[in-house]
Amino acid sequence: MEHSCHLCHIDVQNVSVSRGGQELLRDVSMHIHCGQLTALIGQNGAGKTTFIRALLRQIPFSGSIRHVNEHGRDISRLVTGYVPQHLEFDREMPLTVQDLMATAFTRRPVWTGVSKAVRGQILEALAEVNATDLIDRPLGRCSGGETQRMLLALSLHPAPDLLVLDEPVSGVDAGGLTLFLETLDRLRASRHMAILLVSHDLRLVREYADHVVLLDRTVLTQGAPDYVYQTPEFDRVFGSGEVV
Amino acid sequence: MEAVYHLFGAIPLESLQFGFVQKALLAVLLLTPLFGLLGTMAVNHQMAFFSDALGHSALTGIGLGILLGLRNDLAAMLIFGVIWALLILVIKRTGAASADTVISVFSSTSVAAGLLILAAGGGFAKYSSLLIGDILTIEDSELIWLLAALAAGVTLWAFIYNGLLLTSVNTPLARSRGVRTRLWESAFVVMVAVAVMLSIRWIGVLLINALLILPAAAGRNLARTIRQHAVITVCIALVCGVGGLLLSCETGTATGPTIVLCCAACYVLSLLGKGLRDRQKTPAAPAKQNELPPDAPSA
Repeated sequence: MEHSCHLCHIDVQNVSVSRGGQELLRDVSMHIHCGQLTALIGQNGAGKTTFIRALLRQIPFSGSIRHVNEHGRDISRLVTGYVPQHLEFDREMPLTVQDLMATAFTRRPVWTGVSKAVRGQILEALAEVNATDLIDRPLGRCSGGETQRMLLALSLHPAPDLLVLDEPVSGVDAGGLTLFLETLDRLRASRHMAILLVSHDLRLVREYADHVVLLDRTVLTQGAPDYVYQTPEFDRVFGSGEVV
Repeated sequence: MEAVYHLFGAIPLESLQFGFVQKALLAVLLLTPLFGLLGTMAVNHQMAFFSDALGHSALTGIGLGILLGLRNDLAAMLIFGVIWALLILVIKRTGAASADTVISVFSSTSVAAGLLILAAGGGFAKYSSLLIGDILTIEDSELIWLLAALAAGVTLWAFIYNGLLLTSVNTPLARSRGVRTRLWESAFVVMVAVAVMLSIRWIGVLLINALLILPAAAGRNLARTIRQHAVITVCIALVCGVGGLLLSCETGTATGPTIVLCCAACYVLSLLGKGLRDRQKTPAAPAKQNELPPDAPSA
């Protein structure tokens, strides 16, 4: 499954994060290629979420994160789409999928309503993730898988250069999971964007990822899934019994 | 303004022939929509308790104004209210204690400090009107202030709303979409602080939070979308505001409490409405709030 153009990529160089004198990440370097699905794996506390927050520029870090072409030159400001692990919100809130999605398509305050044109755009966005039937659903009544698909549709507008998914499949049943990853697989080919997926599901990572990065505060090893899954570092972190 | 009063006077109600009732009616028409709109976010952002603490801080604001020799009570309340609101927000963000504990500490501290200063020398009686307010004493110049506040409030509200909504659903998501979550949250609490301080003299420390929260809480029971929530809330606030004012004038009851009791009645009715609606839907919607029902079958 090779979709990479090997032209543009997100160049992560020596990213380190410290907080309160404690080193959370040390010299993390990787290339996240467009058209590829890069998976970030590691135990809890390995710094996966910290790395994502640095990538989203939500916490201070040292090192550099650039969007570059094949010659290593900066090509544009990086547009990043983000799908959080889960939403922690008041499920009784009178808020529909359309209400939330509208914030991505218009500056008009949602409480004044959503125009027909914007509703059309939202329907198109939901169609990309097979979720048009969700448009009028209260957000609090969406299942885990439905919420993730809606968040994926939201993250694709405006069109991102890099899509970051923080364990998007936790709390989702097997059917929803397959649907979600198939959608992702289709998008990486059609949209040619770089995708970074944080996941605990090693079987799914092996099946869908092009490149795997094993993290434990720093990069222990990285490469194709078949390579990474046979390294001693992988055995040390997950134990040989985990190999799938 | 005279034209508006003339219009009110044309309504065949005895109480509306009085100038002070006409002014109070205009005040209600200006105040209640703004409180309703702000209230929708306060209840969805789980900040009902927060605005209650803000209302109480008005006492300290006036007290400090007196101590500092400020002649203008309103300026002292506004400055103190805004600083107090931002301070609660900062401490809440540090996560040192749970939000309700932090707010409770602030609330009780501000009430105690306010009472201590205002009651010094046994003179609290002259401030007791602050506790329940009196909208029937409002003057034209003060109405112009309220009109300006309403215009500024609705404009700012339109500007920050979408970002604030995303923040209340998921802060990292909002930030990843370029929303300045902290700035917008601060703007919101400042707006609530200003709205509360501007109107506390007319509504009263004890009742101000009810005006902010009750219509929005009732609207929430009936609404399914953000727009419905805003429309229903503003309608409830207006109807209860106007209805409560006229009812109090006709029956001779205190205005603020009558308005709030009308809001409370609406809340009870909205609960009944919600119960009926949920009962009708029960056979078709077995999913409970926190369960994750099975997703679509694998393709």
